Formats: sequence, C-alpha cells, structure tokens
Amino acid sequence: MADATAQDEGRPPSAAYLALGRAARDRRALDVRLLAVPVVLLLLWTVVYPNVEVVVGSFARGLGLWRAFAASPSDREALVTSLGVSVASVVAATAIGLPLAFLLTRVEFRGRRLLGAVATLPAALPPLVGVVAFLFLYGESGLVTRGVQRLLGLAEAPWTLSGVWAIVFVHAYTMYVYVYLFVAAGLERFDTTLDEAAAGLGAGRWHRLRRLSLPLLTPAIAGAMLLVFMSSMGSFSAPYVFGGGVRVLATQIVASKLNGNLGMAYVETTVLALSAVAALLLLRWLERRRQYTLSGKGRATRRAIRSPFARAVVPPLAVALVLLLVLPHLMVLLVSFARDGAWTTQVLPPEYTLDNFRRLATQPQLWRPVRNSVLMALVATAANVVVCFVAAYLIVLRRFPGRRLLALLVALPWAIPATAIAIGLAATFNRNDPLGARVLLVGTFWILPLAYFIRGVPVVASAVEGSLRQMDPALEDAARGLGASWALTMRRVVLPAARPGLVAGATLAAVTAVGEFVASVVLYTHANRPISVEILAQLRSLAFGTAAAYSVLLIGLVLGITLVARWMDARTPPDATAAAAG
Amino acid sequence: MTSTRPAPGAAAPPAAADAAAPAAAAGALALDRVTRRFGSHTAVDGVSLQVAAGELLALVGASGSGKTTTLRMAAGYETPDSGAITLTGPDGKQRDLTRVPPERRGFGMVFQHYALFPHMSVEENVAFGLEARGVKRADRLARARDALRTVGLGGAGERPVQSLSGGEQQRVALARAVVIEPRVLLLDEPLSNLDPTLRETTRDELRAMLRRLHLTALFVTHDQEDAFAIADRVALLRGGRLLQVGTPEELYDRPASRPVAEFIGRATLVPAVDEGAHAVVSLGGVAQRLRTTRPPDGAPLARALAVLRPEALACAGGEGGDGWPGVVTSRRFAGATTVYHVRLGDGGSAVEVELASADRTAREGDRVRVRVAREPVALVAADE
Repeated sequence: MADATAQDEGRPPSAAYLALGRAARDRRALDVRLLAVPVVLLLLWTVVYPNVEVVVGSFARGLGLWRAFAASPSDREALVTSLGVSVASVVAATAIGLPLAFLLTRVEFRGRRLLGAVATLPAALPPLVGVVAFLFLYGESGLVTRGVQRLLGLAEAPWTLSGVWAIVFVHAYTMYVYVYLFVAAGLERFDTTLDEAAAGLGAGRWHRLRRLSLPLLTPAIAGAMLLVFMSSMGSFSAPYVFGGGVRVLATQIVASKLNGNLGMAYVETTVLALSAVAALLLLRWLERRRQYTLSGKGRATRRAIRSPFARAVVPPLAVALVLLLVLPHLMVLLVSFARDGAWTTQVLPPEYTLDNFRRLATQPQLWRPVRNSVLMALVATAANVVVCFVAAYLIVLRRFPGRRLLALLVALPWAIPATAIAIGLAATFNRNDPLGARVLLVGTFWILPLAYFIRGVPVVASAVEGSLRQMDPALEDAARGLGASWALTMRRVVLPAARPGLVAGATLAAVTAVGEFVASVVLYTHANRPISVEILAQLRSLAFGTAAAYSVLLIGLVLGITLVARWMDARTPPDATAAAAG
Repeated sequence: MTSTRPAPGAAAPPAAADAAAPAAAAGALALDRVTRRFGSHTAVDGVSLQVAAGELLALVGASGSGKTTTLRMAAGYETPDSGAITLTGPDGKQRDLTRVPPERRGFGMVFQHYALFPHMSVEENVAFGLEARGVKRADRLARARDALRTVGLGGAGERPVQSLSGGEQQRVALARAVVIEPRVLLLDEPLSNLDPTLRETTRDELRAMLRRLHLTALFVTHDQEDAFAIADRVALLRGGRLLQVGTPEELYDRPASRPVAEFIGRATLVPAVDEGAHAVVSLGGVAQRLRTTRPPDGAPLARALAVLRPEALACAGGEGGDGWPGVVTSRRFAGATTVYHVRLGDGGSAVEVELASADRTAREGDRVRVRVAREPVALVAADE
C-alpha cells in the first residue's frame, strides 16, 4: 500500500498519497472491493437464495402446483381475504391516524401532550403481546366484553372477537401508528408560511386543507398506506388468534407446512411475497413522482379551538382515546398478577398473586424461553451491526461495480413478509450440502438468529445509511490526506459519524428480534423456543396469568433495550458527532 | 405627512407618533398604538403609523426591532395585545380590522421566501387568490396570465415553480399578491433574498410597478438603501418602538434622536454646545460655529451631539487655515470619492471623524484641517 511504504520510509504519507494520486486510490478501491465481496455474497446466500429456493420449489411440478393453487377454494379464499383485510386495514388505519395527526399537530387543547405521548404506544407492543392484550380485553371472556355484557344484562357475550372484522380491528389499533407518524412528520415539516400565504389570499380553512395540506401530504399518506398494506398482507398473529375459521395467506402457508404440503406452501409464499414486493415497487414509484421540497421554515403554530361545543367535547374525547390506547398495556399488567385458572366467568380476575413471576424466575423450564430470546436477539443484532455497518459504508461512501446490487440486497428483506423468510430458510437450510451451498440449520439453535438477522438487515442498514449521508464525505479524504491509515480513519472518523444510526437501528432490530413471533412459529424447536412461542403455548393451556407475565417481561425487555440505547446515545460527546457530521 | 421631533431637552423622546394626517383618504391604513408581547418580551411597543392611500411606507430596523411583527399584525397573522388597526374604505368610513383574520382582510402579502405552492404551476399559484374568491377557472387563469405578463413572466405560466430562479419566483409571488387587487400590499423583506446584482434592477422595477398600480404598500427591510430607494416615507423602529417616521430626506437631514442618526447613513457624532440656531463644536482646541437644523425658538439641548456626515466635511492639507486640526489615520480610495479617517485633537478627547472627499491629495499621516463645508448640521440630544 502506498501509505504503508511512505510511513516505512519515514516521509509524511500525505505527500506520497497525493503523489501517487489515481493509482493509490484505485489500490484503495481494491481493499474496498475485498470488503464488498463477502458482504454481497453473505446477503445473496441468506436473502436471495432462500427465496429462489421457494420460487423454484413452487415450480417443482411445472405449473401443476400453481394450477392447484388456483383451483383450491381455500387458497383462493386466503388470497382474497388477505387482500380484502389489507384494504380494510388501510382504510381503518387511515381513518384513525390521519385526523389524529392533524389534531395533535395543528390544534391546541387540554390533554394534547398526554395524548401525543401515548399515541405511539401501540407500536411499542410486541405484536403477539398486542394480540394477547386484545384477547384479555375484547375476547369472549375479556374485561370489556364481560363488562358490557353485565352492563346490558345480556345472557351471552355481546360479540365474539373472531373473523375478518376482528382482524381488521386489531390491525387498525396497531397500524394507525404508521399513518399517524408519517403524516405528523409531514405536518411538522410543513412550511407554515404556505398556509399563511393561502390564508392571506382569502382561502378559508377547508379550502386550504383541500388544495394545500392534503395534496402536499399525499406522499406521506400514500407511503403510510402502503406500509399498512404490506404489514397487513404479511400479518400472522392477529389472523392466527382471532381469525376463527377465516383463512389468510400467512396462516395458510403455516398450515400447509405443518401438513407437510411443502409444494403448496412454496406457491402460497411466492404469492404473498409477490404482492408485498408489488406494493413496495408502487411505493417507490410514488415517492419518486412527487418530490416536493417542503422547506419547513415556518414555526409550528397550534391554533386553539374556537367553537365552544368543540372545546367542551374534545378534551373528554381525548381522555377516552388515551384510555383506549393504554388499556391493553394495563390489562396485560393486571392479568400478569392473576392466578392461573382462577379467571373464568368473572369480569376481572378474582385472585392475584406474585406467583407467575416467581415461577418464571425460578423454574428452568419457564426461564428457558427468556434466555433463548435474549441470546438469539444478541447474536442476531451483533451480526447486524457488523454486516450492516460495512454495507452502509460501502453504499454511501464508496463507488464500485455492484454497489446498486448491494443497496438492493440490503433493502430486499423489508419487502418480504416474515413468513416467507421463514419458509425460505426452512426450504434451504434443511440439510448439509456443501456443493449446493447448504448448511443444516433447521432444528438447530442457529436458524432463528439467522431469521432475526435477515429481518434486521434493512432496519440497521437504512439507519446507518441515514447517519452516514449526513457526514461530509470529504472528512475521509481529509483524514487520509493527513496520514491516517484506513483502519484509523474508520475508527475515528467514520464510525463516530455512523454511531447514531447504528444505535437506533440496532435498538429497533434487537427489540423486534426479542419479541419476534411470525418467523419463530415456523422455525422453532422446543430447545430454542422464544418468548413469543411460549406465550402462545401458555395461552393454549389457558394459563393466562403466566402468558401475561411473559408479556410483561417482554415489554420490560423492550424498555430495557431502549433505555440502554438512550444511555449509549447520551454518552456520545457532542463534539464527536458534530465533528464527524462536518 | 410630517415627522415629529422630541420635545427639546427631553431625556428620552416618547415613541414618535405619526402626526394626525388630515382625514384619511380611502385606502389608508392606520396602526394606532399597536402593542404585541411574547411572554415577558415586548416585541412591538405602542407603534402608531399611517400609510396614506397610494403611499409606499418602509419599516426599517435591525433584527429584533419589531418590524416583522408589526407587518404580521397589519396582515392579520398576529393579533395585537392592545391598539387598533383600521382601514379607510372607499366610502371614507374607517373599518376596524384588528380582529379580522387574514383571509378576510383583502390584503396582498409577499413573503420573504415567497411561499409559492410547490405542487401547483406558476399560473395556478397566481390564480389561487382568485380561486379562493370563487372566480371561474378560465377567467382566473386568464387574469393570472395577464398578471404574469405585467411582471415580465408572460409565457411561464405552465412551468413548475421549482424551475424558476429566485428573482422569477419573487415576481410570481408579487403577481399572486397583486392580481387580487388588494387594498394594501404588504411585503416582507422583498429584496433580501436576491443576488446583489439583481437587487438594484428589482428595486427600480418594484417601485415603478407599485407607483403604476397606485397601490398602498407597507414593506419591511433591514436595508436602509432599499428603503430609501423604494419608499415615499420611512419609519425607523428599534426595540419595538418607533423612533422616527418621515421622508428619506427628513430622516437623513433631520434625525430626531441619536439612534436615528446612528442608524441612518454614516456619521460621526461629536459633542456640541447648543446655542439655538447655531452650535459650537470644539475639537483640537479650535471651535467652529455651525448652523443647525434645530428650530430657533426651541429651548437649547443641555447635552448635544452634532451629526457630521462624511460628505459635509472637507479637509485641507497643511497646518494653517480654518478647521479642526488633525492627522489622517486611514485613507481609502472609493472611486468618485476618497474616504479619510482623521483624528482630531489629542489624548482622551480625541475624536475620529470620517469624511468623504473628491480631493485625493491627502495621505496617511498628513496633518490636515477639517471643516464643515455644508451646513446646516443636524443636532441631537446626547442622552439616549
């Protein structure tokens, strides 16, 4: 290396570096390529290969399996129901999230801050825990159900949380947060002088909404809608627990696999993955079309409510909304202290105890899933941090053939539903076959961390990319020109710049991994069963208290990870990030 | 349109109010003792202004002087805590606009960063005000295109606004505000975001257009040159208070107070003894008796400062002759004039004056005599 020789000679490396100019840079590019190749290969192997396996497997009998899919009433039902549920979920989530975003960013009212703090709470629930909470609240023996039954003096439960509407209900509750966050972010960035200009020109409030706010927010709204659609298509927990007899693609896939009908499972998986990818492409296309720079020079002005009727009605409504949002968390907490088996027909559990937690901590059989989840999440996240940092660095700061491929590979897992990822892994890593680039991982400890790793790749990579894009690329050149070796530059210049994204991405990946359910339920073994699978098992045994205790523990873990991340963020001296950010 | 000066000898001049004009003609905008506070900070303190119909008034001041807040109150984006904003209608009746929201005031506003709607084309932007007034599509687009022709952008109507340069965007913003035939036009720093090369031409075009349309206009700027070039009258604000309002000449020749003298143009303020119509300035042991702009019947100021403008001073080389003795400390050739800094007097009482002269002969270090070549000279109170 040019720099090494210069240092050997005792001359300032910068002179040699500059003198060799182009040649030295090309040489450095070779080092970079040596980094890129293993990362690209790894991602091809873990992300693309399994999916190729699935698609190939679906054509194992030519078009036979596909014809069977088209002919099978249950499969057709699954596809149509999936699409229908997803569209309904989009409508429901938007109906809640959109007005909420406007309300919380544009209007001043009592209780606004509380509502704002609580509004994103549903997203903080691990998916299965959310489902469990809904069961405790609105299920047949749920708190609200029983409450209403008693209140109205009915003989039977007023409703059963089952079927399509139940799934949409659960989706609406969890997924409105996407719409709310996207639209609220769009509104915060909204240049308020545009609104003032429109008002000054004589446009009333509704005219401004119709001709200004909504059109400018379309990218944000459309993006959120597509995200809800994709999440809905791949959703497993809600249909699994509340679907009743209703079939959706995700549950159909798991059923086929459990029945040993792998070929059908592959076809169903391919259909699911294709629909998700189609939605993603539509999203990308929409984002490219409407690129309005909203400069956000305005102040965030909130208007007080003028109409006395609204002023009387909104605060109690806000409180009711807050309660509705917080209730599932509270319910889970409550039931975690309920004695297993004691809660049968009463509105609330009758007996309370600390036993559930005690048993969790002391019985090895019960503690095992917790240990598993934490360990597997750690392994997966560690791998994510290393691989995604390198990948993001290469994508943002280096130019080389295959860079676009790397960027695509890194984003791909985001488009593929977790069930599809799981089926792909099951289809690929089910035997040792070096020539076919297979390793036996199914049935071992490692298959789940691999699944978590794959799911975490786009999350960590995009977060690190975001941080690195804010760094002035000239910093690297400046460091090298001053004589720093490549390793020193990475450690002292690039890594500090990437740190915020690394911490944020790793946090999200770890939090998702620790509570992951959808892929786990396809790939787990008794030995490496994670918390989520255990919760399901406890629910099946009607051990609600234990199930709730696990859920509380999971929430605690999520909180703990987030706090550690905050602490790590706080430790970063401001100079380092500022300097790294240029 | 007169300006008022503080009562002679007053330590702190009261907020200079715009003297009551004769019964305001239609289209006159009046701000009457308008005040706005943000928490404990008073942004605008009892400002009173009158903009006559067809007049161009500039609000000038440093950042934080309250000029933008005053403009926003005139537009309706802020409501004054006290005071009133009125408009005299065509029937001669005064309408109180203080609590009327912006969408119903019928004013046009040009924002500092233009605030063009990014998702609409140029002509849709310009037509928006007409759209809000219910004008039919074909009609409003035709009027928009006319307005665009007026600002020199005819034919640009269908382009997206992002494709325009800064100067072009400003003209679109202007066309948009003007096409609705506003009662009053408000402009927030209309020239601040333009390239220096563009500013002068835009300045002239803007003034010409506003005069041609007989618009009543109030605009805000931190640049006094822009204000002097465009406005009929200038109002100087500082710390939320109105210091003085008058024609540019009045502010320049007869500053009402020390802050006005210091802000407007360049000047050196030197201690002077007020003798009524004259003042005596002693520097370097030499006294000069100068005619001042003060009214002869007023009571003399206890502690006064003479406002010496660079172009009013002349210097002559050598030790002899009239004028204050001094030494040239710096010399800067500026084309038509040469700017000298001359230190007059010695030691603690030395004063450095700036003078601009067509005469280039003096050099740094020369001993010269400085005298006032152009009288009268303005006089302001020293305590401020």
